[in-house]
Amino acid sequence: MKNWTIGIVALAAALSTTAAHAGPTLDKVKERGHIVCGASQGTVGFGAPDDKGYWRGLDVETCRAVAVAVFGDREKVEFVPLSGQQRIPALQTGEIDILPRTLTWTLQRDANGINFTTPNYYEFTGFMVAKASGVTKVEEMTGASVCVQTGSTTEVVVNDVSSKLKLDLRPVVFDNVAATRQAFFSGRCDALITDASALASVRATQSSNPDDYVIFPATKYMDALTPAVRHGDDQWMDIVNWSIQALLNAELYGITQANVDEMLESDDPRTRRFLGVEPGNGKALGLDDRFAYNIVKQLGNYGEMFERNVGKGSPLKVDRGPNRLFIDGGLMFPMAFQ
Amino acid sequence: MTVVQANSFTTISTTAAPPKRRRRSFVTLLFGDLTASCLTVLTGFLLLSFVPALNWAIIDATWVTTDPSTCRQGGACWAFILAKFRFIIFGTYPPDEQWRPLLVMALMLLMVLASLSPRLWGMKLLCAWGAVITAMLLLMWGGVMGLSPVPSSAWGGLPVTLLLALLSLGLGFPFAVMLALGRRSILPVPRLLAILTIELVRGLPLVGLLFVASILLPLLLPAGWSIDKLARTLAALTVFAAAYLAEVIRGGLQGVSPGQAEAAKALGIPSWKIIWHIVLPQALQKVIPPLTNTTIVMVKNTSLVLIVGVFDMLSAGRVAATDPQWPAPYVESYIFVAGIYFLICFGISNYSRWLESCVQARSYR
Repeated sequence: MKNWTIGIVALAAALSTTAAHAGPTLDKVKERGHIVCGASQGTVGFGAPDDKGYWRGLDVETCRAVAVAVFGDREKVEFVPLSGQQRIPALQTGEIDILPRTLTWTLQRDANGINFTTPNYYEFTGFMVAKASGVTKVEEMTGASVCVQTGSTTEVVVNDVSSKLKLDLRPVVFDNVAATRQAFFSGRCDALITDASALASVRATQSSNPDDYVIFPATKYMDALTPAVRHGDDQWMDIVNWSIQALLNAELYGITQANVDEMLESDDPRTRRFLGVEPGNGKALGLDDRFAYNIVKQLGNYGEMFERNVGKGSPLKVDRGPNRLFIDGGLMFPMAFQ
Repeated sequence: MTVVQANSFTTISTTAAPPKRRRRSFVTLLFGDLTASCLTVLTGFLLLSFVPALNWAIIDATWVTTDPSTCRQGGACWAFILAKFRFIIFGTYPPDEQWRPLLVMALMLLMVLASLSPRLWGMKLLCAWGAVITAMLLLMWGGVMGLSPVPSSAWGGLPVTLLLALLSLGLGFPFAVMLALGRRSILPVPRLLAILTIELVRGLPLVGLLFVASILLPLLLPAGWSIDKLARTLAALTVFAAAYLAEVIRGGLQGVSPGQAEAAKALGIPSWKIIWHIVLPQALQKVIPPLTNTTIVMVKNTSLVLIVGVFDMLSAGRVAATDPQWPAPYVESYIFVAGIYFLICFGISNYSRWLESCVQARSYR
């Protein structure tokens, strides 16, 4: 079954490179009255409907930020749930306008009809094992069974590490974060592989005794989860890029959802330009000059968004780690907003 | 050796004195002979092995709680189902508009109940179904009569499962009849077309058809065209249902003796009337059990739309269980969804049994 599935997806990819659906996305979006956004089938923290069916998560809010930039309203978004195989064809054919769906920036994807914008989450993988096993680094993990989430980059990491170091790791696959963690703590596998920023909090909150577990990195490689847009519409790509940049810049300037109105009175020329008190930025992109103000007013800055969805304010309790701003030692780098 | 003796002895005694059989004690019933004893012991172990499951499901279970962390004690977490009930049933449909899918399901139930008795079947009922289905789709979609529009990507849960099953079977059935008649036609072109369609669709797995409909189809369409994702999924399900139903109906057609059609022809009845009034009714009566089978299979097949990102009841149940505040209550979630599927499918199979006896009683009157 796998083979023909891959066949269909490959054929779809081949077809899509010949069919260029370039067009002014912004005009289409404005005419429609809302943005259509590719969503996952439920990845907690990044994109999942809550009890009321309202979409929440870091990727979802990234999409809402673009809606605020275009329409000034974070609710002007339609979320289309997509499976892993569907997501890229859906973007290429114009079914959706943006694809923020825990999509890792890779060469093959970039070359095959989509463009990546600005990373909204950096992820690197780590292992957690029981201290009683005596294992302290990857090389000692020969023959271990590993709880892994399917469809994630961690699944690839397990295979790569296993074949490179000849460890003969046995992946035990689950279809989402919560089940993977649950399985590890109930003793289903020897090790848990997941986003390293999350491991410490997983150990703290879900194990009966945190001291019984050790954590070590799986590889030196890191993934950049990046919202993507179609090839061939530069204006739309700019809009998505600078909507994400607005979130990052707001954090750099210390502008939060709570103080954004006070900041309008600020004397700092950068802040004034950012909030559209001094016009120019929005117009250059074909947007309202106050688009960045609107984004922060409705969604907060990147830091607030992170903590609310995956960080301290969420049940996932992921450490900011590499997702801190560069001035705090992270990888998030806001470009000059002028 | 002794066992054999004991065995034959009991047989003799029971056959010799029938009145004694009624007073046969519980012990003899359970341990009367070797087979009975073995079965009793085995059944006993089987029942015992269910004790932990029962313990988990009932005694240790958390039934009502507002704090998800109290669910981590080991028993089943039915409080989770209570908390997520709305989401599993209605999916991502906006909560303020929830009455609409609820009304849709009520309408569907009403119509199903109204069409249970074969006596009411006819053109009127068919028209009523057409009107109700249009009304249901309008209700779900909105955008008319002051209803706020809800895009099909936000539909979810049980209404989607039911609509997909009902529409794929309802739309597939006329096609199936045409395909079945085509396959038995003496005209070469319809026959070849019907055979090609049926064999092609039956030769493909449903998952493959769904992938083609959801991934390939939009790429093959000219730029700027797009068909709704749910509609594409429904089309794939309909084609699949039609091919399978066609083969079932063909079986029925072959079961009707050719003498009947010949006799009708000799009387000068036009051929469409022969098919409509003589052959088809008898053919369909004969295939009620396999039709039920296909219906039940199609109801369950709708759950495969999960892989193309349609939010049916199973997807909603799965997503509900990923909420990290609850201790990964997959089992509870799947049991609940399975229960609903069971109710639907059990209902269909019971109805078909009743219908069969009803039809038989009428035809042998």
